[in-house]
Amino acid sequence: MDTFRRLFIVAALAGLISGGFITVVHQVSTSRIILAAEVFENAAEPAAESATAGAAVSEATEGHDHSAHDHGAAAWAPEDGAERILYTAMADVLIGIAYALLLVAAYRIWGGQMNWRSGLYWGFAGFVAIVLSPNLGLPPEVPGTEAAPLLDRQVWWAATAILTAGGLALIFFGKRSLLAVLGLVLIILPHAYGAPQPAEYASVAPEALEHRFIVAATITGLLFWAALGASTGYFYRRFLKDAAA
Amino acid sequence: MQTINQLSSTALSTKTSKRAEALTGAVMAAFLGLVMVWGVGFSHIEAVHNAAHDTRHANAFPCH
Repeated sequence: MDTFRRLFIVAALAGLISGGFITVVHQVSTSRIILAAEVFENAAEPAAESATAGAAVSEATEGHDHSAHDHGAAAWAPEDGAERILYTAMADVLIGIAYALLLVAAYRIWGGQMNWRSGLYWGFAGFVAIVLSPNLGLPPEVPGTEAAPLLDRQVWWAATAILTAGGLALIFFGKRSLLAVLGLVLIILPHAYGAPQPAEYASVAPEALEHRFIVAATITGLLFWAALGASTGYFYRRFLKDAAA
Repeated sequence: MQTINQLSSTALSTKTSKRAEALTGAVMAAFLGLVMVWGVGFSHIEAVHNAAHDTRHANAFPCH
């Protein structure tokens, strides 16, 4: 239990710092674009539905997959402003701790020495596996964008992240050259298969706004993973100094 | 000689159990991390989706 306890402390500290940091970054980048897109989304809604749009989160276009989750009027959502920022901060910290747990678990299984800089390298690998590769097939979307059924996209996203992480591990740690080739194949595989596509391409937000969002989400993703990598590496060195092999 | 063998085998088993404990801890940490990623990024529960909405979009989790 001692290892788990220490890994959890490291992940909690790194997640709090990285999540808190990225919350501030999100507020001046992605969240602003989301709010701008929601203006178009709400404008595109039927008048009857927009009466309940104070919740700020609602579907825009017809033909969406509503079977997976229904946006009923009764569904709770945080109020715009301080409450919404608070929930975004909580979610950012939670996802920060979650990703930090995966990173420190990988450090411990690998068994080598860590510091903030080696953590940064791991963070870049995490960025490639969790942000870059899934986003190539399923670009970050502003609210009100037409997309394939939710579950199909979730399965493809998760499979791509896992295959890319596995591929990178084979490339970095595989003893034989054949394993590096296999690693590349794993990374390419989900893209050769192809991401789930919508029946028709449509969005209520202007294309320029979508493009800005893709850039903002990718760059904030890079910052998030750089912070996660460096902070997990730093705290791992401090809390698991005697951990070796 | 026998004592030395006993000592080294004890040291070896201590090292093995330490390694096993570390691996168990790491796997538990990874499992908790995966559950949390699922909760924040993938859960279909409407209130969870709405609370984590902006984080989901910013992290490009499939959403809506």
